Amino acid sequence: MWKTILRRILIMIPEIIILSILVFLLAKAMPGDPFTGSINPKADPAQLHHLMKINGLYDPWYQQYWNWVVHLFHGNLGNSYQYQEPVTRLIGGRAINTLWLALFTTILTYCIALPMGMYAAKHEGKLPDSIIRVYTYVTFCIPFFVILVIGVWIFGFVLGWFPTTGSISSTATPGIQSVGSRIYHILLPGILGALFGTVNVVQYLRSEVIDAKRSDYVRTARSKGVPEKDIYKHHIFRNSLLPIAAFAGYSITGLLNGSLFTETVFSYPGMGLLFINSISYRDYTVITALVLIYGILNLLGTLLSDIILSIVDPRIRIQ
Amino acid sequence: MEENLNKHSNISAADLDRLTKEASEEATPSSAKIIWNEFKADKPAMGALIIVIGFILFVMIAALFINTPKMMETNIMNYNAAPGSNGFLFGADTGGRSVGQQLIVGARNSIGIAIGLTLISSTFGICWGLISGYFNGYIDWGMQRVYDFMMMLPMTMMIIVLVTIIKNYNAVTLTFIFSIFYWEGTSRLIRSRTLSESEKDYVAAAKTSGTSNFKIIFKEIMPNISSLIIVDTTLSFAENIGVETGLSYLGFGLPIQTPSLGTLIANANDPNNITQYWWTWLPAAILIIILCLSISYIGQVVRRSADASQRHGITD
Repeated sequence: MWKTILRRILIMIPEIIILSILVFLLAKAMPGDPFTGSINPKADPAQLHHLMKINGLYDPWYQQYWNWVVHLFHGNLGNSYQYQEPVTRLIGGRAINTLWLALFTTILTYCIALPMGMYAAKHEGKLPDSIIRVYTYVTFCIPFFVILVIGVWIFGFVLGWFPTTGSISSTATPGIQSVGSRIYHILLPGILGALFGTVNVVQYLRSEVIDAKRSDYVRTARSKGVPEKDIYKHHIFRNSLLPIAAFAGYSITGLLNGSLFTETVFSYPGMGLLFINSISYRDYTVITALVLIYGILNLLGTLLSDIILSIVDPRIRIQ
Repeated sequence: MEENLNKHSNISAADLDRLTKEASEEATPSSAKIIWNEFKADKPAMGALIIVIGFILFVMIAALFINTPKMMETNIMNYNAAPGSNGFLFGADTGGRSVGQQLIVGARNSIGIAIGLTLISSTFGICWGLISGYFNGYIDWGMQRVYDFMMMLPMTMMIIVLVTIIKNYNAVTLTFIFSIFYWEGTSRLIRSRTLSESEKDYVAAAKTSGTSNFKIIFKEIMPNISSLIIVDTTLSFAENIGVETGLSYLGFGLPIQTPSLGTLIANANDPNNITQYWWTWLPAAILIIILCLSISYIGQVVRRSADASQRHGITD
C-alpha cells in the first residue's frame, strides 16, 4: 500500500520538473514583453531597456529558470507585472474563489448524480433507466461553454434570477450578508456545472450497483429477510460509495479545465479568469505559476483517486 | 484431391453464380453492411445521419460562394440589423456583418478543423496505443510515462499559451496544436484492447511463423479492433467540435478575420448582444448543440452495431 503511494510520488517529481521547465520556456517564448504596453508611448527606449535588465529578462534562460526555482522554494513566485503585487498573494485571493466554486459544484454533482445512479440501477432496463441514460448522454455531448452562455442568458439576463458577473455584490456588508452574496454568485455556475457533469458518476454508480445486485452478499441479505429498501441503503450503496468517492479526484481535471470557461462567462474572479487576463498582458510570472499550479493539482487529483481506488480494490496494487 | 478439383472446375457458370450468392448470404455481413442495417432499423439515427451529412455538404458548398474578406468588412449602416431587415435573413452583428453568411463559413471552418483534428489525433492515438499495448516491457513503460505526463498538462491552458507564441497561425497550424493534446483518450482505449488482443492465439501463431512485428500490429491486430476504432473516431469527432469552438469562444482559436461558430458565440460576451441582439450568437449555439447531439447519436448507433448483443437491425 505505502509502497504504491511512494512509487507514485517518486514518479511525480520528474514530471513536475519537466512541466516547470516546459512552462517556463513557453512563457519566455511568448512575443512581446510585459512593460511596453504599460509605459507611456513616448518613454525612452533606454528606460525600457533598464526595466528589462533589472527584472533579469536579458539573462540566459537557464539562469532565469534557476532564479525562478530558487525563489519558488522560498515561497516567492515573483511579482505580477500587471497588478504590481506578489503572485502568491494575487493567486491566493483568486484560488479561494475557484475553490469555493469547485467545491460547491462537486457537492451538488454528487447530490444529483448519486440518487440518479441508484434509481437507474434499481429500475435497470425500465423507463426511468432509459430517461436517465438519455439525460446523461445529452448533457455529456453538448459543449459545456455553450450551456454556460445559454444558461447565463436565460437565468441571468432574461429571467434575472441570478447575478451575471463577479463573486460578491459590491454593496454587501461583511458578515452574513457577504457570505450570502458569495453563495448567491456561485449558485448559477454551480448548478449548471452539476447538472451537466453527472455522466461519470451516474454511469459508474449504475454499473457498480447492478453488479452488486447480483452478488452473493445481497442474495444472503435477501434470504435473511432484510427489506429491499435496507438492502439498497445499507448493503449495496455502502459498498458502491467508495469507488464513487474516488471519482472526486479525477473530476478535479475537468473542473479546472472548465473553470477557464465558467469564470470567463460569469466574469467570476478566479484563477481561470486571471489566466485569460494575464495572457493578453504577457504577465509571465502569473502565467507560469498558474499553469504549474493547475498541473500539480491535476497530479494530486489523480494520485488521490488512485490511492482511494487501491484501498478499495487491492488488485490495482500490482507490482 | 485431383478428383475434387476436376469436379469443381466443371461447375457451370449459373451454378457458380448461385453458389457464390448462397455463400455470401450465409457469410457474416461486412461491418459497413452491419452499420448500414443498424441505421435502417433506427429511424432517428437515419434522421441524424441525413442532418449531419446534408449539413456538412451544404456548408462546404455554400461557403465556396461566399467571399470571406468581403463578408468580414464592417458596415456601420447595418449595425445589429434585425433578422429579416436590410436584406439579412439572419440579421447582422455589431459590425454590420451578415450573421447568416458567418454561420455558413464559421460552420465550415469549425467542422473542417474538427475533421482534421479527429483524423490526426485519432491516427496518432491509434498508433501509440497499438505500439504501447503490443510491446510490453520498457517500450510500454516509457510510452505510459509520456502518456501520464500529457494527462497531467492543463490542456486548455497549454493550447492558449502555444497559440499566443505562434505568430501567424491559421486553421492548419491550429489543428496541429490541438492534435498535440487530444490523442490520449484514444491511445488509452486502444492500448487496453491491444493488450488483451496480443495475448490471443492468432498473434502467438503469427509470431511463431516469423511475421514481423510491424505486420502483426497493423495487419493482424488493427483489423481485429477496427470496430472499436470506428466507434471511438465518431465519438471524438463530436467532442472535437467543442474543442475548437470553445477556444475560439475564449478568443484563442481561429483569428478574428476567420469566423468560427465559437467566435460567433463570443458575441454573447457583450452584455448588449446577449440581452438585445440574440440573433448574433444564439443561432451558432443552437447549431453546435444540434451538430454535437446528432454526431454523438450516430456514434452511439455505430457502437451498438459493433456489439452483436445490442444490435437492433437484422444482421443474422
